[in-house]
Amino acid sequence: MRWLRIAALLVVFGFLLGAAVWMRPFGEPLATGMDDHFIERSQEEVSANNTVTAVLFDYRGFDTLGEATVLFCAVLGVALVLRRWAR
Amino acid sequence: MSVVVRTVARLLLAPVAIFGAYVVMHGHLTPGGGFQGGAVIASAIALVVVAFGAQRLRKQKKTLSVLEDVGATAFAVLAFLGIGVTFFYNALAGTGGLFGQTVPIGPNPGALNTGGLLPLMNWAVGLKVLAGLGSMVLLLGLLGGDDDR
Amino acid sequence: MIGNLPFVAAMVLVVLGLWTLMTRRNLIKLVVGIVLIENGVNLLLVSLGYVRGGVAPIYTYAPEGTPVDIPMVMPTPQALTLTSIVIGVATTALLLTLAVLIHRHRGTLDVRKIRELRG
Repeated sequence: MRWLRIAALLVVFGFLLGAAVWMRPFGEPLATGMDDHFIERSQEEVSANNTVTAVLFDYRGFDTLGEATVLFCAVLGVALVLRRWAR
Repeated sequence: MSVVVRTVARLLLAPVAIFGAYVVMHGHLTPGGGFQGGAVIASAIALVVVAFGAQRLRKQKKTLSVLEDVGATAFAVLAFLGIGVTFFYNALAGTGGLFGQTVPIGPNPGALNTGGLLPLMNWAVGLKVLAGLGSMVLLLGLLGGDDDR
Repeated sequence: MIGNLPFVAAMVLVVLGLWTLMTRRNLIKLVVGIVLIENGVNLLLVSLGYVRGGVAPIYTYAPEGTPVDIPMVMPTPQALTLTSIVIGVATTALLLTLAVLIHRHRGTLDVRKIRELRG
């Protein structure tokens, strides 16, 4: 049983390693149209120097809204579980 | 904790908090932003919890809760400011008012008064992350009791 | 120059996390395994957005010639990795809280003993 687990893990590792080695070369992305648009236009559209912040809060604000919701739910869960002892 | 830890924590508390506020405030100019700066300030809260015990901060749970609500509400309200065009439209950018200065295209030294809604959203998210992570650390610390102070 | 080494490092992190999940019995160590897998996925995401010879996508004091002569790395994977990191912190806190709850109820963190003491 133990050797079966190790063998399964090695098979998974082999697949992941093959995927990593035979992926496209590091540093040469294939589809860069959207990111080129963000890099070119973020200064005139959002007037922000930091493109990552522009993407985070303007172009993809819904992702940040969902992330804030997840954080809120996690805090709510922690408070709910620990409310009996931590008062 | 021992007196060494407490003294070092007293010395480090203000610089850590101020650095977190700096990271939040310059989020639209330099690497960083609301999440990172909020996490840095939350680490100041964790420093207090570790060094002085969580009982010291027990009364601040309500404050952190209010801060988190303020952050979340401010984020949603700032997103609604641009509802005339789309949700999350940057309504303040380039208007010349608050944070409305236009930036020169290309590499530039950066001015604090740019970015439109981005600095305000950075502050909202920073408040939210600081309150969220801080209250989680505080609750987990309150669980330990007084014996390991 | 370094080839696909960042992708390989990400896969090694994922496999180390899986190995931790398969062999350890302590709940805290299981959480550590999950965090390892998370970090591997984050490393993979952020290294997918790298452009050869690129600088950070920030115009403040950027080198002259960006983004035309000197490329900038892709900002979208970085922003989504940031989101992923914060969500990872939230879920890790929740997992640790559940571990604390289980320890309070059962008095142990061993997975096998928790399974035996049913009811």
